[in-house]
Amino acid sequence: MSQYRILLVDDEQELVSTLVERLGFRDIEAEAVTNGHDAVELMNKEHFDVLVADLKMPGLSGQELIRIVKERHPAVKIILITGHGGTPEGKPPEFNDVLEVLLKPFDINALLEAIHRLMEKGDED
Amino acid sequence: MQLFLQMILPRRFIQYESRIEDIRRYRRIWRFSVLLTLIVALLPLIITAGVNHFMFRKNLRAEMNFDISRNLFNLSRSLEFVVEERLSALRLIVSEKSPSQLQDMENLGMTLKNLKSTFGGFVDLGLIQGDGIQAAYVGPYNLKGVNYSDQASFKEAVLRGTYVSDVFLGHRQFPHFVILVKKEMVNGDFYLLRATVDMELLNRLIFIPNMQSTDDIFIINHDCILQTESSKHGKVLQDLDLPVPPYSPFSKVTEKIGDVTLPFVLGYSYIENTPFILMVTKSRVSPFMEWLRRQPELVVFLLISVVLIIAVVFWSSTEMVKQIRSADQKRTQLLMNVEYTNKMATIGRMAAGVAHEINNPLAIINEKAGLLTDLVSFTEDFPQKEKTLNALESIINSVERCSAVTHRLLGFSRKMEIQTQPIDLPSLLDEVVGFLAREAEYQNIRIFKDYDPDIPQIESDKGQLQQIFLNILNNALAAVSRGGKINLMVEKLSKDRVNVIIRDNGVGISPENLQHIFEPFFSTKGDFGTGLGLSITHSLVHKLGGTIDVKSEMEKGTEFTISLPVKNEKVQDET
Repeated sequence: MSQYRILLVDDEQELVSTLVERLGFRDIEAEAVTNGHDAVELMNKEHFDVLVADLKMPGLSGQELIRIVKERHPAVKIILITGHGGTPEGKPPEFNDVLEVLLKPFDINALLEAIHRLMEKGDED
Repeated sequence: MQLFLQMILPRRFIQYESRIEDIRRYRRIWRFSVLLTLIVALLPLIITAGVNHFMFRKNLRAEMNFDISRNLFNLSRSLEFVVEERLSALRLIVSEKSPSQLQDMENLGMTLKNLKSTFGGFVDLGLIQGDGIQAAYVGPYNLKGVNYSDQASFKEAVLRGTYVSDVFLGHRQFPHFVILVKKEMVNGDFYLLRATVDMELLNRLIFIPNMQSTDDIFIINHDCILQTESSKHGKVLQDLDLPVPPYSPFSKVTEKIGDVTLPFVLGYSYIENTPFILMVTKSRVSPFMEWLRRQPELVVFLLISVVLIIAVVFWSSTEMVKQIRSADQKRTQLLMNVEYTNKMATIGRMAAGVAHEINNPLAIINEKAGLLTDLVSFTEDFPQKEKTLNALESIINSVERCSAVTHRLLGFSRKMEIQTQPIDLPSLLDEVVGFLAREAEYQNIRIFKDYDPDIPQIESDKGQLQQIFLNILNNALAAVSRGGKINLMVEKLSKDRVNVIIRDNGVGISPENLQHIFEPFFSTKGDFGTGLGLSITHSLVHKLGGTIDVKSEMEKGTEFTISLPVKNEKVQDET
């Protein structure tokens, strides 16, 4: 399990920091940033397997962030988290195989399952 | 028609009018339409019939007058001739016979006998001397020796040479009149031949062929005393209760003598050289009844036309009002639908906003509770560990319940989902303008359309586009005053973008209001607006991948520009 590195991006500092701590309890190494630009910057410096991003953020939106990540780091799996419910706006269909969507609030186990699902899929490729 | 209807229709938009008010309004339209079309359709008919009746009346009168005067003329000539004939006979006798011959009773008797057999009507014959004494007489009475010198008839005859008297009743109570002829002799003396003539002679003459029972013919003298019996106006020698008609050398027909209007049509003719006036009275006929009687085809045609016109007018007015009513109902229904959609969209937006805002803190509560659970779980047993874990689980369960609620709300707001289809913008705009055309007409607002001819079909949501334009056009209509105008333009901005511009010349929006018009609950309409119309419009436009801009100048007008993508990428991606 510890082979995965996760990057969490959400403008809610409390949410991401708590998630980092809880993932830590489950032997998953995670970093947290509160905006898209920091995420892009950090990803340029360090390697991450999975990006967990909020869809609606001030500055760089989740959607734009996904586009950039997909371009520069095509190997990174992406999970969207959103408080908006239902189908997220602007989910590109070609990302379907690597994208997981979680509706806030979500159970930590749901997040773990999503990560495993993506990684396993990725491994099969 | 439309113009007239506009004049009587209330200028207010009737969307919220009560049903009773509506029914009254339709009745009013119906009444007006019936009245107007009846007038328009029947007036020419009535005028034509009236003219025809007038001409008929004129002709009828002329015809009647001609008829009377012709009969009168013929009759009066006959009467004149009959009297003249008797005068001539007497003149012949006095010139042929000497006074001594005439004084001889036997001779005078022969003469009377000859007169009776040749001319008829003579009753008696007498010779009056210059001193007025009747010297000889033959006839049924013993009038020899009677002195006539004081009588008007004697004086008149002496003066004029001949005389025809008024009618009088003789001893036998038969009407008679007297004729006198004067003979002057060489020595300056004179004598008169006097004859009594039975009025029956004239009576027999005066009748008119085809006389109606209401008609009457009789003779009066210059003092208006009946000289013959009248079936309507009295017996011989009774006064006719009429003024004497003015003298005329010709026969005349009139309905008035002086200022007196007669209850009948009167024809009269003075009979020359006699005191007689021949009179004919005809009861007045009702020209209208006569008109109806004589022209049955016309009357039937008129009646059928009138009945037909009334039936058609009633039927067509009823049909028209029915159609107006159903069109009104359709439009009201549509507007109510739009209103309803507006409301639902508003609730949806609010629900989505609330849900979204709550989901974020819920997520934090969830994670914090989760973290605490983790911490407690990974810690060694402590006295209240079980209780703490139960409490945390209860928190997490409550969060789940909350999120179930917020997700349901979000699901509800998503019922306003976009459904794309190819849309022809000009025809969609025409349709929307159609909803509002009547209100615009009431207020005499002109809507000018200017569509770029090569507008491509765009992919968008029809219902939501309708709502967008309806909202903005409704605002424009409210902003312009009577007689204002609204310009509606569609232009192709680029290969994949079109602009719809809605410009009015209304009151405009002040700069401070302009900043807020797209905000929810901002309204300048007081109690009438929810303040959500433009905010919904704004969010709908954005949902469809478009933008909306507004420019406005106070008292000059407002211009909304809605820019729409030809292909809505966002929308397409979702499908």
